Amino acid sequence: MERRAYYRNGGLPWLLIAPQLLLVLVFFYWPTSQALYWAFTLEQPWGGGNSWVGWDNFVGIFRDKEYWGTVVRSAFYASCTTGLSMAMALTLAVFVDRALKGTRLFQSVYVWPYAIAAPAAGVAFRFIFAPESGLVGSINQMWPGIWNPAINGYQALGMIIVCHSWLGIGYNFIFFLAALQMIPRSISEAGAMDGARPFRRMLDLQLPLIAPTVFFLLIINLISSFTDSFGLIDTMTEGGPFGSTEVMVYKIYFDGFKGLDYSGAAAQSIILMLLVMALTFVQFKWVEKRVHYH
Amino acid sequence: MTSKWLLSAALAATTLALANPAAAATKFEFWYGLSGDLSERIQDMCKDFNASQADYEIVCVSQDNYDANLQNTIAAYRANKQPTISQIFDAGTLDLMLSQAYVPIGQLMTENGYDIDWSNYFSGIASYYSTSKGELLSMPFNSSTAMIYYNTDALAKVGFEGLPTTWSEVEDVARKMKAAGYDCPIGFDPAGAWQWYEQFSAIHNQPIASKGNGFSGLDAEMQAGKGLFVQQLTWIKKMYDEGLMVLKSKDTGEVDLDAFAAGKCQIFSGSIAGHGTVTAKAIPDLHWDVAMLPMLDGVTRTNSLVGGASLWTLKGKSPEEYKGAAAFYNFLATPKQTQWWSTVTGYIPVTNTGFEAMKAAGFYDAAPYKGRERAIESLTFTPPTENSRGIRLGNYASIRAEMVKTMQNVLFNNEPVQQALDEFDAKGNDILRRFQATYKDAVLP
Repeated sequence: MERRAYYRNGGLPWLLIAPQLLLVLVFFYWPTSQALYWAFTLEQPWGGGNSWVGWDNFVGIFRDKEYWGTVVRSAFYASCTTGLSMAMALTLAVFVDRALKGTRLFQSVYVWPYAIAAPAAGVAFRFIFAPESGLVGSINQMWPGIWNPAINGYQALGMIIVCHSWLGIGYNFIFFLAALQMIPRSISEAGAMDGARPFRRMLDLQLPLIAPTVFFLLIINLISSFTDSFGLIDTMTEGGPFGSTEVMVYKIYFDGFKGLDYSGAAAQSIILMLLVMALTFVQFKWVEKRVHYH
Repeated sequence: MTSKWLLSAALAATTLALANPAAAATKFEFWYGLSGDLSERIQDMCKDFNASQADYEIVCVSQDNYDANLQNTIAAYRANKQPTISQIFDAGTLDLMLSQAYVPIGQLMTENGYDIDWSNYFSGIASYYSTSKGELLSMPFNSSTAMIYYNTDALAKVGFEGLPTTWSEVEDVARKMKAAGYDCPIGFDPAGAWQWYEQFSAIHNQPIASKGNGFSGLDAEMQAGKGLFVQQLTWIKKMYDEGLMVLKSKDTGEVDLDAFAAGKCQIFSGSIAGHGTVTAKAIPDLHWDVAMLPMLDGVTRTNSLVGGASLWTLKGKSPEEYKGAAAFYNFLATPKQTQWWSTVTGYIPVTNTGFEAMKAAGFYDAAPYKGRERAIESLTFTPPTENSRGIRLGNYASIRAEMVKTMQNVLFNNEPVQQALDEFDAKGNDILRRFQATYKDAVLP
């Protein structure tokens, strides 16, 4: 039989969660409701008033060819960053897990990038990747004009993707390493005794066993690459050249703050919010049920 | 005994506390969008103002750049924490005009007992910040216009005497410079939509938008694809493809002004406000000069547009703070202050008398200030026309950003010029219609 603790006084639990509830209401639900309201109105930037326009803002966005451009770009960006970052982190984690020389040092060193704020990293990368004066730019001295993210949209987008992945490696690394270390040594050792080489053991033993972590990270990384790219893009390319690094979240910032189109930006935020909610839903309902140890 | 002593002490303290605020200066805030060296100069200006009188204390806060200052001012205004004065750039003028959030400068000065001769301001500057009926709404502050900078040694080397005044002469010298071994005849940055597009349109008397660039209605429509700019952008594309114009921007690691000052590029176009910076950054033995923007052959020059920013007084402050703001504006308008500001920055004096006084004092006669008077010549070349008095378009900052994108698209992505400009007009019109819908009951002042 299930034993449950309960409060005799019905008000006490509410009182206990009140501070947290208040925080959530003030910092999450209130702004969200405000954005939701703006998304259905035309809000004057200086707060002089607004008018109800129903679904007009959304219709306008969906008709905008450029908006769909940012959606496709964001999807591409998210899959590349997630794939790259997780693959790198997993490789590093597998090596660190094998208890090679200097493992202890690497364990902490690989986490460092995660502690760097995106804008700070962006400024550093800007210097590294600058076509005329940067470190990477020096290849232009061998092959003039080969590297120029200032005029080449693909290179600019690729540059941001690499930087974003690099920032995420530390976070992914911790989770992968923790998951790998949870696997009982005996399983791996048994595989080794059966003659499986490390790479084979990783594919057939370790990866299936850490599948829940992989899927958790997959969703977290996807969400983060949809929402956290702002700091890098703003410091490195500001969406350019010719809009080729303009992803959904950057367009929200640009339309809202630089363009003073609060309502259009609010409607775009709602769409992005729904997207993130859908991903979270997948995470909770689908992934957690299907992916388990056998 | 003790209680009596305590009481009197309390009384004395109260009297002191009450007396102090009356004696203290009224504090008010001024937010501005400049950083670095220019920000230091503004801080100097604020110190001078505070030292010049005892009634008011101005607190000057840098918000780093124009965009951030506009955003922060709006956020502060919505939270009722706005500064008394905010510096707003040219592109934000209509946004402010319709905001209902400001006190017109004329009204502020009259109410506080200052009599300013508004006709003394250069008409091209005043018209940018005035209503269609001619009432000036904000205080002209840091004003500039677009110029072209030449390396005179490079010009001499290719045998050109004087300074080019037409784009075909520019093309000619650029081609000769390339042949003479200069890698970068002209430094070009598409982020400069202001000089390459807006100022080009103004001096060639081309409309940027219908309805007199929006002065006579919120229903104006963009006109970039219909005028001489099509020809000019085609020319820019040709120059870029031939390597006569070379991209020098933040993204390449060196901006056009820096490349010019370092002697790497021989020509670039930018604000007269950069005159001081070029002087400061120029490598030794760099000989250079500045001139009015060149013209297309066979087109008569009209005046150029004023750039920079003006000072807006925001609503919702106390009468004392407004008195302080008025005193500050009055301080700015003194000839001594005008000259100081113009000397240390490169921004131009904004009044006729200010300019005449500086000219008479020989300010423009010798290096390093020689040449700056050409900015005034450019600004006042003709009385402002419908196309050169200013730009009165909503959310113009976004439209300007679209032009930057359009030029990048043409240059780097080989989009056909006419198609790119037609798309630009369409996007600009979308932005304008959205602005019009947001302010659907508003009347253009």
